[in-house]
Amino acid sequence: MFSQNTRLASVASILALALAVTSCSSNGGNQASSPSPTGAANTPGGGDTAVNTTNTSNTTTSNLSGNVTVDGSSTVFPISEAMAEEFQKANPGVKVTVGKSGTGGGFKKFCNGETDISNASRPIKPEEVDLCKKGNVEYVELPVAYDGLSVVVNPQNTFAQCLKVDELKKMWEPTAQAKVTTWNQIRPSFPNERIGLYGPGTDSGTYDFFTKAIVGEEGKSRGDYTASEDDNTLVQGVSADKGGIAFFGYAYYAENKDKLKLVAIDGGKGCVEPSEATINDGTYQPLARPEFIYVKKTAASRPEVKAFVEYMLAPANKKLISEVGYVPLPDELLTEVQARFQAGKVGSIFEGKGSQVGLTLKDLLKQEK
Amino acid sequence: MTTNPSSTEQINRDLFRPNRQLNKWVELVVKTIFALFALVSVATTIGIVLTLIFETFAFFSEIPIWRFLTDTQWTPRFFNPQYGIFVLISATLLTSTIAISVALPVGLLSAICLSEYAPAKIRRWLKPALEILAGVPTVVFGYFALLLVTPFLQKIIPGLQGFNALSAGLVLGVSIIPLVASLSEDAIYAVPRSLREGAYALGATKRETIVGVVLPSALSGIVASFVLAISRAVGETMIVAIAAGQNPTLGLNPFVPVMTMTAYIVQASLGDTPAGSLAYRTLFAVGMTLFLITLALNIFSFWFVRRFREKYE
Repeated sequence: MFSQNTRLASVASILALALAVTSCSSNGGNQASSPSPTGAANTPGGGDTAVNTTNTSNTTTSNLSGNVTVDGSSTVFPISEAMAEEFQKANPGVKVTVGKSGTGGGFKKFCNGETDISNASRPIKPEEVDLCKKGNVEYVELPVAYDGLSVVVNPQNTFAQCLKVDELKKMWEPTAQAKVTTWNQIRPSFPNERIGLYGPGTDSGTYDFFTKAIVGEEGKSRGDYTASEDDNTLVQGVSADKGGIAFFGYAYYAENKDKLKLVAIDGGKGCVEPSEATINDGTYQPLARPEFIYVKKTAASRPEVKAFVEYMLAPANKKLISEVGYVPLPDELLTEVQARFQAGKVGSIFEGKGSQVGLTLKDLLKQEK
Repeated sequence: MTTNPSSTEQINRDLFRPNRQLNKWVELVVKTIFALFALVSVATTIGIVLTLIFETFAFFSEIPIWRFLTDTQWTPRFFNPQYGIFVLISATLLTSTIAISVALPVGLLSAICLSEYAPAKIRRWLKPALEILAGVPTVVFGYFALLLVTPFLQKIIPGLQGFNALSAGLVLGVSIIPLVASLSEDAIYAVPRSLREGAYALGATKRETIVGVVLPSALSGIVASFVLAISRAVGETMIVAIAAGQNPTLGLNPFVPVMTMTAYIVQASLGDTPAGSLAYRTLFAVGMTLFLITLALNIFSFWFVRRFREKYE
């Protein structure tokens, strides 16, 4: 019995460890800290002979060293994490840490000069632009992928196959607070079942975008729902709640397809589910949106940061983006974005207006020229 | 000091009145150092209370206290802010009540078993086993509730949500069992042997002795352990934040997600709540409420122990 107890305790602690490990981004193991002469070419045989295991991008050299700190949106997190993992395999000397404190939280740290790269699931807001001015942080804004913001329900939910935008609005708008609580209030043909609402909290760029696209005004929604900045908590909630409904980045649906059911969205032109095709041809509206990284200008001159950003923008690494469930940018757009990074164009093409619905990056980049 | 061997008087006087000047200084320094260390915890407490009072005052200068007490919703960080603290208090009350209804009977009975019935051999491993339970991090308990207890309960209770007060409360109760058990056991163990012998001499059975003599004698210690456990349950954070969900609902339905005071503090401080904003001050208002509740509990416990302590010579 006593041994059983210790076994229980050890199992529990192993569980905790496993959790801790999985929730932290894995770093690429041993750090060879070889001094990196800036601008130096590949010095062959510098004692650091890392085996290039099927390196997808040949722009990187494997004698880089240093740290790259990334934080921000939990929606962009899977992309950065996948990129960081592969990048560190190719460059064992570089340590890339990826956090996920929400778009807003990420910008706070970023404008404070604490991070090199900030992930964002919406463009930077005016107050964040001011914050970065105050902190003397100049940044380069780079779109990295498209996301089809996904609305999901519990697999046992058979009736909500497709929801209209105004039905979603009815569910989430501020006036619904404490009033709209059952499915039949959304559509009379639905059963009289309790709705379980799950969504990101107010620090999240996904929340900002969703409220803008569905309710019509950024940051306006009811407050009596299960709000968490951790998308995995939302997945957990909906998958165990028969009447549950949630929204988050497509990657979190892709990872949990067995526990969730996707809802098609009717933006006025019929029911459309988010997929690579519907996002690319612009039919998944109004919830298709670009995802961004913001790179600190002063950090971009550090070779390890520069290499990592170039790695993220390399067309050869597009498959990593598809793997986690997002839609990579088309090649011509990637070339534009790469040029933008090389030129070190500071500021935002969205003029710091925050979330905008139904825009195309192509037009915006063209406009800027 | 003279060293004249003939003057024995002098020597005697020196012997009985030695020079203690240095000792006095050392004594003083030591006393001061000890006092400073003792003051650290007091100063920390005072600092915390002052911060709480200051920020709470700032909060109530913006939001009238009657709203804090009468609003029926708690959505301070959303477009339509509501500040009904009772939403959070009801959730805390709910999870704590469930926890206490698990921990008190189990804890007290295991204490009686350990102290009165268990042979030395069993006691030797039973007590450490309980202590191990106390050593499990609450985060682990939280995930244990969410991923194991909840799915199990859902098989029994239809309509139980994925996040709910019931499962969190039950596991919270399990996590405070060791506290109740070991403190009550100390109190029961401290009851003098002579009392038990007296009861046996009057012909009482073992059960009658325990119920009629031992427990009443140890009552103040047992109640103190209960109150401490309640305080722990009210202040517990990780288990309820993970397993009870974070949905502010008013009412005492244990099958739906609720948000306790501690869960709100976790949620609001994880995000970016700019210092000085109203949302930031809600943190302190909630913290103050929590502090007042536990303070009241502790004062009650203090009073009870003083009032009912049995002194045995």
